[in-house]
Amino acid sequence: MQLVLEKRAERSTTIALISPLIAIGLTILTLCIVFTVLGKNPIAALAVYFIDPLTDGYSLQEIAVKATPLVMIAIGLSLCYLANAWNIGAEGQFLIGAVAGSWLAVKTQGTDAGHWVLPAMLVLGAVAGALYALIPAICKVRFGASEILTSLMLVYVADLLLDYLVRGPWRDPQGFNFPTTAEFDPVATVPTLIEGGRLHLGSIIALLVVAAGAVLLGRTIKGFEIRVVGAAPRAARFGGFNANQLVLLTFAISGALAGLAGIIEVAGPVGHLQPGVSPGYGFTAIIVAFLGRLNPIGILIAGLFLALTFIGGEQAQIAMKIPLDVTKVFQGILLFYVLACDSLILYRFRLISTSPKVQSGAH
Amino acid sequence: MGLIEAIILSVLAASTPLLLAATGELVTERSGVLNLGVEGMMIVGAACGFGGAWLSGSIIVGALCGMVAGILMSLIFALMALGLAVNQVATGLALTILGIGLSGLIGAGFVGERITPAPHLHIPGLSDIPLAGRILFGEDGFIYLSIALVVGVWWFLYRTRAGLILRACGDNHISAHALGYPVLRIRLYAVMFGGACAGLAGAYLPLAYTPFFIPGMTAGRGWIALALTVFASWRPARLVVGAYLFGAVTILQLHAQGAGIGIPSQFMSSLPYLATIIVLVLLSRARTGGSTAPAALGTVFVPDR
Repeated sequence: MQLVLEKRAERSTTIALISPLIAIGLTILTLCIVFTVLGKNPIAALAVYFIDPLTDGYSLQEIAVKATPLVMIAIGLSLCYLANAWNIGAEGQFLIGAVAGSWLAVKTQGTDAGHWVLPAMLVLGAVAGALYALIPAICKVRFGASEILTSLMLVYVADLLLDYLVRGPWRDPQGFNFPTTAEFDPVATVPTLIEGGRLHLGSIIALLVVAAGAVLLGRTIKGFEIRVVGAAPRAARFGGFNANQLVLLTFAISGALAGLAGIIEVAGPVGHLQPGVSPGYGFTAIIVAFLGRLNPIGILIAGLFLALTFIGGEQAQIAMKIPLDVTKVFQGILLFYVLACDSLILYRFRLISTSPKVQSGAH
Repeated sequence: MGLIEAIILSVLAASTPLLLAATGELVTERSGVLNLGVEGMMIVGAACGFGGAWLSGSIIVGALCGMVAGILMSLIFALMALGLAVNQVATGLALTILGIGLSGLIGAGFVGERITPAPHLHIPGLSDIPLAGRILFGEDGFIYLSIALVVGVWWFLYRTRAGLILRACGDNHISAHALGYPVLRIRLYAVMFGGACAGLAGAYLPLAYTPFFIPGMTAGRGWIALALTVFASWRPARLVVGAYLFGAVTILQLHAQGAGIGIPSQFMSSLPYLATIIVLVLLSRARTGGSTAPAALGTVFVPDR
């Protein structure tokens, strides 16, 4: 007997709906094994990871704060992936957006610049992110260079540029030689929504991005083109859709969103530019995009869920001395299960007999 | 020891992990599978390789641990990409994300520890020849192994029947299947070979390059190895040229930093990554007459029965 994969006659809508839930369930089971191996009580650890952050107001706000960049980046990435363009350098676009916006904040520091500073910073961040994302996109459509490798290489370049700026020209003179800019002025800071709270305006912007993504994909011709080019490239060519133009467009949008997320993160929760402003948001957003099934509403839910794992991971480290890397392992395993379960939408398993058959010769 | 000799020695050492990982990936890609998880397999190989060497006190045990870890990681990839017909790009990314987390967990206990690095060959007489002696007869074992590996892979791909079959799977899996070759099993072996090489390449870093383990020490070398297979047009001989070129860029920027030529170190450090992009663009442009990539690279294969 042998287990083989077989194409389904049509995609299974039942599995399409429940596959993310199955994936999360399987990941949690695997996580229990990891906890046991690490010598921790799995039930208690799971409670710290997934239940405790939901029980107090501070953690709930923190989840929204962490979900904000994840959701914004993932919406952009989902457009790319739907169009079969593989932007995996969102981390770099995030950092470049943060750098470009911070430039204005640093230059206007201590001047009496008005309330135009923050909006201008956000625009700068988005534009810089889009331009940075267009580098791999242009290399792809103009020269045929793999966008996967070029976009990823640019992550390291962006990281080094940020590092140079905060250690060199932009370093806070009063910062005791720490590699950081000075705290941004109030006019260069994303306002919080609740007095003294952590929730900030960026979360509202993220919700608007989700709505815009849903409209673009569900209600416009461009959104339709994006989906057709990815799902049926041949049909798209017959339909006269310009695949190259869509690669440029989706890369530019996702770069702009990543850059915007970057400057919001720096001008909001962080408050200044420093190395390590992103705990890998650009990469985690890839998981968010897939877990959300490349669907804007799905991405919103998936973003909140992965934000929960960030917060839960931090609390587990404090409360139970569980290493922070468990969160990354968890995220990696989750992506595997999501992809595996998605495969079952198109395929199913069948047991076939491998006992030698009588050769009839009629074949 | 002269400066030139020192530079050549360090270029060889910096190139070897790239060459090892890229050789494995070349075989994987020649069978039609695009495994983007090289970076993840390498970093787990580095953590396990260092752990093995530190616990056992033996470099060889460490190298074997790295290879086994690489193979285990590649089996996860194979299960997904070959067994479940999942998109190879997404699976490779997942493997890298998982690998970075796993290596942190595995290596947490070893951070700050040091081992005696892999010994260098010494043949009395030969190794003492000025200049060439140290370079040809005074390297660590991994460097000789990496050269032997490339030659072996070249011989296998172009001079054996099995190599021809493997390339057939990579160029047209439907025809290979129709001829009765077990496409998925051949690809499984190719993926495992790639995993072993990536694991060994990762293990090289803490076993010979720097005698300690730090999280994230592969620093994108897995991705550069992927770019090298493109650079080499999927040919082993060109891989050697590419790997040493990239090793040279890495070392020259380090020496330039050391010489203090007034350019910020971060700009010099970004050179290998920028060089990768430029090379990819130039090569892809030169190749307008048709791609040299294996024709079925990255496509899913589900045998129909």
